[in-house]
Amino acid sequence: MSDIILETRAVSKRFGAVQALSDVSFALRAGEVHGLAGENGAGKSTLIKILTGFYQPDEGEIILSGTAVRLDSPRAAQRQGISAVYQEINLIPERSVAENLFLGNEPRRFGVLIDRARMERSAAELLARYDLAIDPRARLGALGLGLQQMVSIARGVRLGARVAILDEPSSALTGTEVETLYRVVDRLKADGIAILFVSHRLSESYRLCDRLTVLRDGRVVASEAVADLPRAALIGAMLGRNAEAIHGNRPARTPREGVAAFEASGLRWRNRVRDVSFAVRPGEVVGLAGLLGSGRTETMKASFGAETKEGGAIRVGGSSVPSPTPGRSIAAGLAFLSEDRRAEGIFPKLSVAENLTATALPRIARFGFVSRRKQAAMVAEFTKVLGIKTAGPNAPITSLSGGNQQKVLLARCLATAPRAIMLDDPTRGIDVGAKAEVHEAINRLVEQGLGVLVTSSEMEELMALADRLIVLTEGAVTGATSTDGLEVQDVLDMLAQPHEAVAHP
Amino acid sequence: MSVSGTSAAVRAEGAAPERRARLIALIQSRGAIGVLLLATIVASLRFPFFPTVANFENIGTAASFLGLVAIGQTFVIILGGFDLSVGSLIGLGSVLAAYALPYGWWAALLVPALAGGAVGLVDGLLIARAGMAPFIVTLAALLGVRGIALVLAKNSLVIATPGVFGLIANGQILGIDNLIWIVFIGFAIAAIVLNRTRYGVAVFAIGGNEEAARMLGVPVARIKVLTYVVSGTLAGLSGALLAAHLSSGISTAGQGEELKSIAAAVIGGVLLTGGVGTMAGALSGVLLLGLIENVIDQIGNLSSYYQNLASGVFLLIAVLIQTVLTRRRR
Repeated sequence: MSDIILETRAVSKRFGAVQALSDVSFALRAGEVHGLAGENGAGKSTLIKILTGFYQPDEGEIILSGTAVRLDSPRAAQRQGISAVYQEINLIPERSVAENLFLGNEPRRFGVLIDRARMERSAAELLARYDLAIDPRARLGALGLGLQQMVSIARGVRLGARVAILDEPSSALTGTEVETLYRVVDRLKADGIAILFVSHRLSESYRLCDRLTVLRDGRVVASEAVADLPRAALIGAMLGRNAEAIHGNRPARTPREGVAAFEASGLRWRNRVRDVSFAVRPGEVVGLAGLLGSGRTETMKASFGAETKEGGAIRVGGSSVPSPTPGRSIAAGLAFLSEDRRAEGIFPKLSVAENLTATALPRIARFGFVSRRKQAAMVAEFTKVLGIKTAGPNAPITSLSGGNQQKVLLARCLATAPRAIMLDDPTRGIDVGAKAEVHEAINRLVEQGLGVLVTSSEMEELMALADRLIVLTEGAVTGATSTDGLEVQDVLDMLAQPHEAVAHP
Repeated sequence: MSVSGTSAAVRAEGAAPERRARLIALIQSRGAIGVLLLATIVASLRFPFFPTVANFENIGTAASFLGLVAIGQTFVIILGGFDLSVGSLIGLGSVLAAYALPYGWWAALLVPALAGGAVGLVDGLLIARAGMAPFIVTLAALLGVRGIALVLAKNSLVIATPGVFGLIANGQILGIDNLIWIVFIGFAIAAIVLNRTRYGVAVFAIGGNEEAARMLGVPVARIKVLTYVVSGTLAGLSGALLAAHLSSGISTAGQGEELKSIAAAVIGGVLLTGGVGTMAGALSGVLLLGLIENVIDQIGNLSSYYQNLASGVFLLIAVLIQTVLTRRRR
């Protein structure tokens, strides 16, 4: 474990006024899985971009196998044997797996024509080495996200990677895919490849990593063997403050009796939502627990009318919404916050104020003209209530951190004065501090009588937020439970249970 | 044990959608050929003038000019762009051919091809290096190149003694018109280049996900420039052949061919968003448009405006089917 492959020595990087990295030294050894932890903005992505040749360090040096190197482009980094796999796949979905593996150095005949047969054979061998049952001729885009990432890893290995950087590889993977990833990582390790692993999921880091390096505010605050860094210490290092804050205790609540804020009965959409019924009372948080692909997002979208439901009824505040569209749902008092902030949330070219008031225009406009005064008042109110950190209402939304963008979108939902709100993984990809603030905001709103339906890709978070859980498996409700005294493991057991109620049509 | 079990599960997960995706991909890439065959059969049964060797040759030669342009256009569209300059380049090419012919038949082919290539080079550099939008750059070229052609020759330039040059376009080999040979061989070479060379794979990669292609080490800018050069060259050449065919250089020739070539490619299953397409499909699109033109011309009592109407309807249906299929695939 002593042969260091990649090392940074006193690397610093500054962007304008922001010191992204200061004096970062760490070492990556052959056959080791090295976790990189830290909040958003701690400098993880800057460090990775320096290691993959996107950025040049202002100071310090990068040592690869004992010699100082300059990685002045992504290609240079790849040539030096540093390969990175990002969460957003950087491959060509419309082309075959083999083509993706060999793009740029396909085996050829007569110097010009690509030798497809040979290419596919080599691809099959490569995939077999990592125990991946993937047809080299399959279109890449037809594979699940997880397998696409495996292909990306295999490509790196084929190009002679000595260092594999996995940047949040597992945040969108299903259970089997995560297992496959773990297996591949073990194989890489056995092959003596050094792995830098970035994940927001602590349990994953502990399952996979040999060492953990923690960044905070651009500095290395801890770099220890996993055994020497218990969870509490890790979280403490990441946050620099007491770990209690992240999953604060849920306040005691009594949901109001009477008419439900929002209810669905017999909801159906394709084969992804099968006869789902639930009710959310005012002043209550209901969690939709389910793995990715269990239909939790689809349930919300079908309720909201973002997808056209094929059966079932939606009632908001007691009155029926016959065939919901997003417009009708909002008018009825239902709001929806999508899990995909970039694709379905923000208007990237508009300002904070324009983003925030986009759904509330009828409230701040007269005869079709937007009242700047009312708009400003609304923005000021929500900026204060939700603690949105922005340079001003006219700042572009993209200048905000992910967490603050999310708060703007939450404000946008609230600006329609809903009775109930559906939050699909509301803290996805935002840092721990912002997470806590979003939680606080949700708790305050619920106190005021709002009904909330929420999902999360983190079970701990869901349990911290929700008063009770509805368990979804393969599009059907397979359980319901109060979260009082419930352990995470109990819910995982419920999710893992094969359920006979789930009928396949 | 558990390892292989997991793999099998993973595989099963991906198998059914993959089969459907393959079927859909097949319809997308080969559907136009089917429609072309169907249209040929229907036209043959319905119109007695249609199914003759002479008429098929007419369709082939008439479509060859569009065909050459469509080869380049298909490369460009798969790359994720489009080239509006090709129609004007046909006009410029035909004028330049007429001017260059006194120096030899080879000059009459070479000069238009080089001129087209040069325009493509400028377009490509502006698009790939300066990062300008293909629409604007090639629209400017469309206007500018047509202007140059008109400045060079206000009226058509009659080629008095075409000689070998005329023979290139109007002769026959093995009883088949040279133009038909040219366009078919052109498409065959293009298909091989597209599917069997690194250049072709790179074109698909860039059109499929440009950022990823860059990260995977594809020389994106170089491939883009090269592709616009190919498109311009073929358009210039198409103009030269038109001049040879008509024995005159016509500065107004080729108007609207840029849009027709895009239409042909799209009817042939080339996705306008890039990354997907076949040469066989594009050729089918070209022939389908040619067939529509041919039939409506010969019906006699129909105005030629109906050609545009019919082509438009075909295009719309093709795009509609593409859209539905692409959505199904997800």
